[in-house]
Amino acid sequence: MTEVSRPPEPGSPDAPLVDLDGTLYASGSQVRTMPGAPTDLAPELTDSALAHESGLELKARSQWAYARSRFFRHRLAMGSLVVLVAVLLCGAFAGHIASYSYDAIDLNNINAGPTTTAHHYFGTDQLGRDYFSRVLYGIRTSARVAFFVSILSTILGTLVGSFAGYFGGWLDNLLMRFTDLILTLPPLAVLLVAAARLGNGTINLGLFHLGQEYRVALILALLFWTGIARVVRGLFLSLREKEYVEAAKASGSGDVRIIFRHMLPNSMGPIIVNMTLVTAGAILTESALSFLGFGIKPPTAALGNLIAQGETQMQTQWWLVVFPGLTIVIIVMCINFIGDGLRDALDPTQRRIRA
Amino acid sequence: MVTYIIRRLLYSIPVLFVSSFLIFTFVATTTDPLEAAKMQPNVNKAAIALVQKENHLDKPIIERYGYWVQDAFTHDFGKTILGSRPILPDMLNRLKVTLQLIIAAEVLTLLLAIAVGVYSAVRQYSIFDYSMTTLSFLGLAIPVFWLGLILQIIFVNIFNKWGVRIFYTSGLDNVDPGTGLHFLIQRIQHLVLPVFTLATISIAGYSRFMRASMLEVINADYIRTARAKGLIERRVVLKHAFRNALIPLMTLAAIDFGTLFGGTVITETVYGLPGMGRYFIDALSGGETYVIMAWLMVTSVMVVFFNLVADVVLGFLDPRIRLD
Repeated sequence: MTEVSRPPEPGSPDAPLVDLDGTLYASGSQVRTMPGAPTDLAPELTDSALAHESGLELKARSQWAYARSRFFRHRLAMGSLVVLVAVLLCGAFAGHIASYSYDAIDLNNINAGPTTTAHHYFGTDQLGRDYFSRVLYGIRTSARVAFFVSILSTILGTLVGSFAGYFGGWLDNLLMRFTDLILTLPPLAVLLVAAARLGNGTINLGLFHLGQEYRVALILALLFWTGIARVVRGLFLSLREKEYVEAAKASGSGDVRIIFRHMLPNSMGPIIVNMTLVTAGAILTESALSFLGFGIKPPTAALGNLIAQGETQMQTQWWLVVFPGLTIVIIVMCINFIGDGLRDALDPTQRRIRA
Repeated sequence: MVTYIIRRLLYSIPVLFVSSFLIFTFVATTTDPLEAAKMQPNVNKAAIALVQKENHLDKPIIERYGYWVQDAFTHDFGKTILGSRPILPDMLNRLKVTLQLIIAAEVLTLLLAIAVGVYSAVRQYSIFDYSMTTLSFLGLAIPVFWLGLILQIIFVNIFNKWGVRIFYTSGLDNVDPGTGLHFLIQRIQHLVLPVFTLATISIAGYSRFMRASMLEVINADYIRTARAKGLIERRVVLKHAFRNALIPLMTLAAIDFGTLFGGTVITETVYGLPGMGRYFIDALSGGETYVIMAWLMVTSVMVVFFNLVADVVLGFLDPRIRLD
């Protein structure tokens, strides 16, 4: 895809560019392809030749560049991204930012409310543990779980969905009936059974020694892939009939190459949007599991088990419950807003730039 | 229609069998209800062996599954492993509590979500629409258990400070529940917070759904026709648009109602309600394989059944859809 960008006019930086983009875009041959689609070079060359003759400045832009610029102009999504990155960085550098370790005891300040003295911004519990530090460490644990769940379930769901959608027939039937089966089970109950019974503690894979957050993440991922599988299957069912897939087949591409080189890049938009949904869901579900005592277990701090530990004295020490919970709300809201922005940005049929 | 329903029911039988077998294998191989008893030095080894033998715990999985299926059909899901309590009567009692909770929550959700959704769609991009959108994003981001705890903190503190009991924050009844109107009022006082907690996420999601559905209908051709022939806006919205926009929401509500039977675990735990959710958590902690199995089967059947209800209702409401 190409975009002819005129020299910026003072006063109206964006509007003419979008208009022009819109008309050019609509006249192109690939109006409805997703970002990152393999495009043929011919129209680009003719476009650039034309543009060159007319003396306009020319910049070649990929679909991803379009999506990026659309996303950057989505104010709510950008704001959420900034907040989320800030929160996650706080979690990642918890060891440097927090004034205390997550299990350090400050006997001078037991059951202290939120205060700036001795840096107990979120107060302390009955043992004098600083809840600001514990929340920071909790963010780290919860973010790790959510990240791992989203990666794992996206890969699994995409594989299942793309093979089911592309090959169809008995494979499709088998995979989708299996997905249906998982969807009839109450998710939280299955997670609880799995979490309660799949051994506690860490996973040992020879050299790798994975903490309990990865065990919890693995269990969550085993349920969370179904949504993505269904979405990808639906996309593949329609993409399978497209001309470029036929062309790729005619030119002798193998099935695997068609799936991964041609169809998957065209499905990336919905996959990425779904990934944000999974991430938000993973944070909420992990916190619920940890709250019920079947997820991340103390002494490791996770946002859910911090709330569970604060519950016993929440009537008087409300800060033990309020702050970890607020952190969850902020993280999940940011992720949802980003997902919303991504949905708008990655939808190639939508060219209107939204606030 | 009848053949469709029968076919769907027949189709769900193998699905339930396969899923019950998979879960049974998983639960039975990973759970040992006698784990705690075995750890205790003063529990007789012979007694443990007897319990194992009575419950077929020493047999291979396939055989145990056979016994379980037999129990499920002929003995109402059998008895608990420890204490030999019949499972079904206990579960039905729990089901009653959960049913009160989820019916109330569903009614509240539908009333609020429909009102908000329709009004947001009719006044699209108004201040009301924007604030409801923001609120629903907030509602979708709040963990259920946390909302429950926050409500408990608020109402307990109100009671402690001013001595005003607005809502109870845990349990289903008082020690002395009373009778008649008095009983009804205090039962409602107990249920308001759990119902609200359970409904929040659904209200957030449903109102968005209703708004989208309403917007789609309102931009349809037949609405333009209705306006063009001079109907007043109120009639266009309520009689022509609203009725059709309601159909997708009804389907969603029917499906969700099925999932709610097994979806109240957190709310019931937070508020200490003796419903299905608590029953499950207790069974899980106690390693009661057969209770877990019975619970999962009942909730799965509910999901399958209400999915069918949703499709049948959709078939009735939407003449474009033919079920056969």
